[in-house]
Amino acid sequence: MTQRVVIIGGGQAAVSAALRLRSQSFEGSIEILCEEPGLPYQRPPLSKKYLKGELDRERLHLRPEEVYQDLKITLHRETQAHFIDRLKKRVATRNRGAIAYDKLILATGATPRCLPTSVGGDLENVYTCRSLADADLLAGEVRPGQRLLVVGGGYIGLEMAAVAIDLGLEVTLIEMQDRILNRVAAHETAQWFRKLHLDRGVDLREGVGLERLIADGKRATLAALSDGSAVGVDLVVAGIGVSANDRLARSAGLFVENGVLTDESCLTSDPDIYAIGDCAAFPFRGEMTRLESVQNACDQGEYVAEHILGQAPANYLPEPWFWSDQYDVSLKIAGFNRGFDHVVTRPGEKPGAISLWYFIGERLLAVDAMNDAKAYMMGKRWLAKGQSPDQIALADPGLPIKDIPTKDTQAAAAA
Amino acid sequence: MVTITFIEPDATQKIVESTLGLSVMEVAVRNNIQGIAAECGGQCSCATCHIHIEEPHFKIVGAPVDDEEDMLDFSDSRKPNSRLGCQVTVTEELNGMIVRVVGDE
Ligand SMILES: Cc1cc2nc3c(=O)[nH]c(=O)nc-3n(C[C@H](O)[C@H](O)[C@H](O)COP(=O)(O)OP(=O)(O)OC[C@H]3O[C@@H](n4cnc5c(N)ncnc54)[C@H](O)[C@@H]3O)c2cc1C
Ligand code: FES
Repeated sequence: MTQRVVIIGGGQAAVSAALRLRSQSFEGSIEILCEEPGLPYQRPPLSKKYLKGELDRERLHLRPEEVYQDLKITLHRETQAHFIDRLKKRVATRNRGAIAYDKLILATGATPRCLPTSVGGDLENVYTCRSLADADLLAGEVRPGQRLLVVGGGYIGLEMAAVAIDLGLEVTLIEMQDRILNRVAAHETAQWFRKLHLDRGVDLREGVGLERLIADGKRATLAALSDGSAVGVDLVVAGIGVSANDRLARSAGLFVENGVLTDESCLTSDPDIYAIGDCAAFPFRGEMTRLESVQNACDQGEYVAEHILGQAPANYLPEPWFWSDQYDVSLKIAGFNRGFDHVVTRPGEKPGAISLWYFIGERLLAVDAMNDAKAYMMGKRWLAKGQSPDQIALADPGLPIKDIPTKDTQAAAAA
Repeated sequence: MVTITFIEPDATQKIVESTLGLSVMEVAVRNNIQGIAAECGGQCSCATCHIHIEEPHFKIVGAPVDDEEDMLDFSDSRKPNSRLGCQVTVTEELNGMIVRVVGDE
């Protein structure tokens, strides 16, 4: 019988697992070890409303302290796990000794990649945005009139650019690849966001990398770019991706490769250790996959809680979704577009609304919906039911979305 | 301070107190009300904060509009008094409100 569950990491995945264990009436002990100082919080607002000063710190918390107390979930803050002794089933910490477990959940998240020191990544005014501490440092620097250089045109970089423009900064965004959102979206979506940011005044340059930052003392003042130009900077933010926090798992001898490897049940190569959220890579549609999203963190957390209690189905099957807010634009994504071969565009029913639909052959994989909640919800529903819309009808904005004929493509998906 | 009664998906009733200015979703989360996952944290993007608001208070908060309406439109549990909890702000007038939580769909 499982009496003691220990969770390493205090993010959305960890909390979701702990809460689900309790809501499913688990009566053993639950201990969360987290190296961060405060209560577990949501990260998405860090590059959105929080940075903009529109959301108090308290409102970032996933739950207030009393909820953890009431539910007898022990939160060890400022507690880093530094070794897992799998034979003795104990986690070593520096400040709380060894903590014994029956089942261990790794929910250690990810760490942002930093600009290399060789290009000036260690200068004082060069930031990343992953933690509340990062966002607080950044918030102290974003002031009207300052010149911001964003390195990296992924969602976080674009969100940072949008917030900075809204706050009255001058923003240059560079993307080394030939277009923004290169890894995560089709060129149609990239094109739409490129226009958005250009219209709002971002100096957006694609196919341009950072050569190096030139400093005056400890602060970068000039950025030399690969196109031979230079831009003056007051602060620099790197949004160049993250790497999974898998060091602990690796040193414990678990299988690790770009994330802690798990099977379909989120179990690592040790049957008493699970890995969930941003740190985990699991088999999904034939490939080991790491999803960096709130959806996956929450759903895997709930899944492993049920798995520990013997209540879960054999496989964790994600239904991915994601969102991003930039200026007054709400992007909502349903599905996972990996492997798509074409995209169908559907102008929305409201002004400014548009959706881009990813297909592989006849099968719908995902939709990017800009200001189009209807398209997002319809897409989510079709995906959940394994249905795919008729593509000619989909491209016809005159046809209400609910009237679009669909085909069952679940069988094709399984094949 | 106002009092709000939440009825969880399994019919458990919880009466909670709230300060003004929070969203109903935030009040639910702070009191660990079951059935409100609130995964997007109030960005009107997840619909995991779907509630039904009983009269007389539904009249006060009114029907959803724009994105919220579109999000709810596709729910199987859609009712005339459906709202997303994150889009309803707690005001003095909502004292005594009864909220039914829809939960997982
Ligand atoms: C700025 C920003 C914006 C985002 N926007 C969105 C969005 O709009 N939509 C979306 O779906 N997702 C978004 N994401 C991604 C989302 O926040 C993550 O996918 C999610 O937080 C992952 O949760 P997690 O619990 O797996 O990891 P994390 O939230 O990273 O939590 C892991 C925790 O474990 C701690 N830890 C690590 N190692 C140890 C150790 N050895 N001992 C103790 N503690 C340890 C870490 O300090 C951290 O607190 C965003 C992320 C960021 C940073
Ligand atoms: S919390 Fe996500 S829609 Fe309300």
